[in-house]
Amino acid sequence: MSEKNQTTGVIGWVDERLPILSFVRNHLTHYYTPKNFNFWYFFGSLAFLILFLQIFTGIFLAMHYKPDAKLAFDSVEFIMRDVNLGWLIRYMHSTGASAFFVVVYLHMFRALMYGSFKKPRELIWLFGVFIYLALMAEAFMGYLLPWGQMSYWGAQVIINLFTTIPVIGPELGIWIRGDFAISDPTLTRFFALHIVAVPMVILLLVILHLSALHTVGSNNPDGVEIKKNKDENGIPLDGIPFHPYYTVKDFVGIGVFLFLFALVVFFVPEMGGYFLEHANFIPANPLVTPEHIAPVWYFTPFYSILRAIPDPAFGALAMAMSIVVLFFLPWIDRNPIKSIRYRSTLFKINLFVFVIGFLILGYLGVKAPNPLYNALALRFSEMYFIFFALLYFYSSTRNNLFSYVFSGVIIFLILIYDLLRISSDNYIMILTGLTLVITFVVFMTLSPLYSSLNKEKEVPDRVTE
Amino acid sequence: MIKNNILAFIFLIVISNISYSASVKSELSTKYKATSNINNKASLQRGAKHFVNYCSGCHSLKYMRMSTLAQDLGIEEAVFSKNLLFTDKKIGETMTIAMKESDAVTWFNAVPPDLSLTARSKGADYIYSKLNTYYEDDSTTTGYNNVALPNTSMPNILANLQGGQKLVLDSNNNPVSLEKISDGTYTEIEYKQLTNDITNFLVYVSEPAKLKRYSMGFWVLLFIFIFTIIAYYTKKEFWKDVH
Repeated sequence: MSEKNQTTGVIGWVDERLPILSFVRNHLTHYYTPKNFNFWYFFGSLAFLILFLQIFTGIFLAMHYKPDAKLAFDSVEFIMRDVNLGWLIRYMHSTGASAFFVVVYLHMFRALMYGSFKKPRELIWLFGVFIYLALMAEAFMGYLLPWGQMSYWGAQVIINLFTTIPVIGPELGIWIRGDFAISDPTLTRFFALHIVAVPMVILLLVILHLSALHTVGSNNPDGVEIKKNKDENGIPLDGIPFHPYYTVKDFVGIGVFLFLFALVVFFVPEMGGYFLEHANFIPANPLVTPEHIAPVWYFTPFYSILRAIPDPAFGALAMAMSIVVLFFLPWIDRNPIKSIRYRSTLFKINLFVFVIGFLILGYLGVKAPNPLYNALALRFSEMYFIFFALLYFYSSTRNNLFSYVFSGVIIFLILIYDLLRISSDNYIMILTGLTLVITFVVFMTLSPLYSSLNKEKEVPDRVTE
Repeated sequence: MIKNNILAFIFLIVISNISYSASVKSELSTKYKATSNINNKASLQRGAKHFVNYCSGCHSLKYMRMSTLAQDLGIEEAVFSKNLLFTDKKIGETMTIAMKESDAVTWFNAVPPDLSLTARSKGADYIYSKLNTYYEDDSTTTGYNNVALPNTSMPNILANLQGGQKLVLDSNNNPVSLEKISDGTYTEIEYKQLTNDITNFLVYVSEPAKLKRYSMGFWVLLFIFIFTIIAYYTKKEFWKDVH
């Protein structure tokens, strides 16, 4: 952008000292984005909007909230009753937390569908997963602040995960809590982290996420690089300036989102106990354990994976792995075709089964455990990891030997765990689950050899309408 | 103060300690459903009156500011002070009680819980069924047991209004229904209305903002709806030249 700036007046004066106009040009008016964005491309800007809403409402909550184990619960009720519009600010913040995860999950699903994590966008994905991780920490620590029963016992469960780490675990637990049990020091440090430290980390990561995005440009539903086809002025043929085209379009998305958001905030802020849990209207009591401790819905898929393995240390390890694996996604799925539109039927089945499995894990996580649910949680946890294994498997065309060995290794790993725990009481449940998972694995790995289910379509040069 | 002490004294005679009979929490308690409507001001006013008369001796509403209550229920402050304020409290204060926790433990073997948020933590139906499912049981110290909260420490405070009930068991000893065995001063319908009003009042108390958020929400939704329509046609206009 070497063109000379002719603007005079105040803006001209500022622009000679701070490059505001070139910033607007580079990132809005002359930032070219693919013209074929669909529904799934609203969630980035929506996540940004919610981040802003959370910070804004959070500032006002912090004016009235008291980070003190004796006063915290009362101060939240004070906000709900005596602060002018305090209830609205609080419901916006609590609904915003859930909305943030809804939007982020859909945003991540979009990346999975259209291969937005693939070369050259690996860093965007990495920063994104870091944002997701920071968001989980932010949500977890924020949930302790109302100091209700679920705040207290939910935090208890999560912090106990850290204590399962060998050798340093118990000391680590004390270090996190600042006490031998969750108490006032835990609350005050979570408050500090929730309102200062983690938001700053999230903001920094968002800047990195967007900088990396604007360096390589957006992917699109066709997975075609628009920068490969430029006109004589160097403008992508399939690109349109972000402003005004996508700014006006995003306003429509924002409108629809805010409508749904307001519907929850004003009419069902508890969302049937999923956004605000009923037991959290009882003040934290270290002496009374609630009948059933369920984390808030956005953590429940991972909570199910944790519970699927009875041994706490291995359960925690499995849960940690289920998040760590996300970081490696760009190097797991090495198939050069980005978009689901041109990938094989098997890839579509794999993604579909993964989403269903993730939702079922989420459902199981809010339910009290029973033998059937535990068996289901284990199988769908296995399916969660099998999804990534299959992504790797479909990276290129595999020969007979590789396919058989690959499927054999997965089956072997599942089988070993089942053999270790099989007994006369549970063999029917184990064999049923085992059969289903093995059938799925065999079908997904061996059918490419005997059918055209793994046939991919040709990717066009330009984006389609 | 005096009122509290008299009430407490009566309980003291009734209760010396607590014993436990078989737990009968069951399907039966879920048959009692409150019909709560916080826009029914008359019901809320009756509920407030009954709450102050029957419940507030032991149960506080420590988050409920009385001035807010008076305003929301359409009761003039002077009328409120005269009819619903028996102690020397100011109307700007919340509805705390004078009973000490240590005394409560001595008298009831338990501290009567604050009811500000019970409707949100346990639900309206729980409160309603708790008030409707007391039955005579000689194995307890109060002489009464409860289906919604088995072995409750709370005496059957409304017994002379409701009359006595007996628990009917089926052949497997599962509770099936409650059968009336003696009349109270209220008819069955009057008593249901009374308990429903108290429940409704507690639903309001658990979230006074509920009175405002529906009507405000309507206007907010209308605004966002119009905004979205304008945004949609603006987008359409801007995108005309994109092919």
